[in-house]
Amino acid sequence: MTTHQLTRRFPLTTWWTVLRISLEERLVYRGDFALGTLMRFLPLVTQVFLWGAIFEAVGTDGSGTIAGYTYQEMVAYYLLTQVSRAFSSMPGLASTIALQIRNGEIKKYLIQPVDLLGFLLLGRMAHKLVYYVVAAGPFALVFFLCRDFFNGWPDLLTMVAFVASLVMSFLLGFFLEATLGMVGFWFLEVSSLLFVYMLFNFFFSGHMFPIDMLPGVWGTIVRGSPLQYLAYFPAAVFLGKIQGEQLAWGLGLEFAWVVVFVILSRVTFHFGVKRYSAYGG
Amino acid sequence: MAIIEIEGLAKSYRIYQKQEGLLASVRGLFHRTYRDVQAVRGIDLAVESGEFVAFLGPNGAGKTTTLKLLSGVINPTHGTARVMGHVPWRRENAYRRRFALVMGQKNQLWWDLPAQESFRLHQQIYAIPPDQFLRRRDELVDLLTVRHLLSQPVRELSMGERMKMELIAALLHSPEVLFLDEPTIGLDVVAQHNIQSFLRHYQQTSKMTVLFTSHYMKDVAALCRRVVIIAQGQIMYDGSLGGIIDRFSGHKMITLVFPGDSLPQGLSRFGEVVEEQAPKVKLRVDRNVIAESLAAILAQHTVQDVSVEDPPLEEVIAEMFSLANEQARSAQAGLEEVPSPHA
Repeated sequence: MTTHQLTRRFPLTTWWTVLRISLEERLVYRGDFALGTLMRFLPLVTQVFLWGAIFEAVGTDGSGTIAGYTYQEMVAYYLLTQVSRAFSSMPGLASTIALQIRNGEIKKYLIQPVDLLGFLLLGRMAHKLVYYVVAAGPFALVFFLCRDFFNGWPDLLTMVAFVASLVMSFLLGFFLEATLGMVGFWFLEVSSLLFVYMLFNFFFSGHMFPIDMLPGVWGTIVRGSPLQYLAYFPAAVFLGKIQGEQLAWGLGLEFAWVVVFVILSRVTFHFGVKRYSAYGG
Repeated sequence: MAIIEIEGLAKSYRIYQKQEGLLASVRGLFHRTYRDVQAVRGIDLAVESGEFVAFLGPNGAGKTTTLKLLSGVINPTHGTARVMGHVPWRRENAYRRRFALVMGQKNQLWWDLPAQESFRLHQQIYAIPPDQFLRRRDELVDLLTVRHLLSQPVRELSMGERMKMELIAALLHSPEVLFLDEPTIGLDVVAQHNIQSFLRHYQQTSKMTVLFTSHYMKDVAALCRRVVIIAQGQIMYDGSLGGIIDRFSGHKMITLVFPGDSLPQGLSRFGEVVEEQAPKVKLRVDRNVIAESLAAILAQHTVQDVSVEDPPLEEVIAEMFSLANEQARSAQAGLEEVPSPHA
């Protein structure tokens, strides 16, 4: 859905109301929320040690790098993928949509003059906003403690590109998972599909390691997939690994993928509702 | 002019049939057998604006399916329907702003938040002007006496309180047509009564058209002049509640009280003895011979007290349902019971 369509369907006060209510809902379970937010940082520590051990054990070819990454860059990369994923990960989105289809809650969106995807997008934005507010402190602290892994701040243009790539990674993550959730219109149980997706996502988004490390055909395939924009791409942009024309292309492609998944989610919803109305309800 | 017009509306579902056992489950991975179930079989109905119509019928009769069709949640297999001039399953916003559907305890409220937050959201979704919203909300909240519960999370409300909040949420945008699916299901007697009173009062003042389904005869008796009985996806009766007995019951109940503690013999020749507890006897007697039977009884026996009544409505309807089920089963035998294989 384009911004224009969204604005037409949801005037500003509606945006605000949905956001406000989603924010309030998010804040109901304080304990769970705080734990979920803070625990996100735990794997960070293990990764820093893991890469330390890898660099030490494997050794480097004398240049001090593995596949073009120094230990410093690797840790910096990993820290930055945490930021990417703070934007692109959509915990529970696909499974909730599938569940709502299965238990009939989806009816609500068929009888009320409201757009399911727009509504869910606003809800997700609210969730993210709350998360950023709460996680900003811990994130700042972690980055401050790890400041030696970075070579200072990138230039303004790179920062703008970084922010743009993050915003698009949020939209891509949202529409991709929403599309997956709506597969539930055809297969009531989608947990296995989601498991496979999470697995691919973990490896090929660059969450586990920088995907430009992958050689040959695999590297080409992975670099052609939309998953790289969910973790790798924003981090690589920040680190200055992608610049100039390559950066413009990358951002353009990321935007194109967002558009593809906006359309795909719309089409899936359209045909899904058709099927639901024909067979189920 | 009718506000709801239905012609030949039919809906069939395809339901997966699984045999018992693990082997059948494994076989189901490769080949599945489905059965077509006709939930609604070509019904015709016209409802005038401002009517309060009850849909009665046993479980699986097609009541809820009809409401789902009329609210546009599902598409029909055949037939047409127009509600306020709209075809429901086109799901146009212009239509969706003019009706509401409340399905039992299915939630349109946000579970973890107080109901007033959901009301605010409805205000936005239905674009209700702020002053109108506040007026409507206050009116409904006071009518249902739930003002003190507005700031309590929905999950901490009782079932009756939750139903009241669901009704408020559904009525905020002043729908012209309301579809209610078992609004009193699972509620205690007091809560049922409260909901009934509210619905009666609200419908009378707003002149809203209401179609509702219920299993509780008390709901129907309290609210509706018109009753539509559906069984096996077909309309079996459409008329007043009282008319059901005239049309479907061929009997009346005669209650006799005899002097002393013993009962006379041979009463069964006048009709079926339903209850026998000295000094009282209850007989079920054919409507056509009620006068003769009563005259004969009074001529032959000394009777202290006598009353003639219609059989209980529930009993008549239950008989009618089982008759309808039997008829439909025998009519459909050999047609739909044949499983249709689909890969």
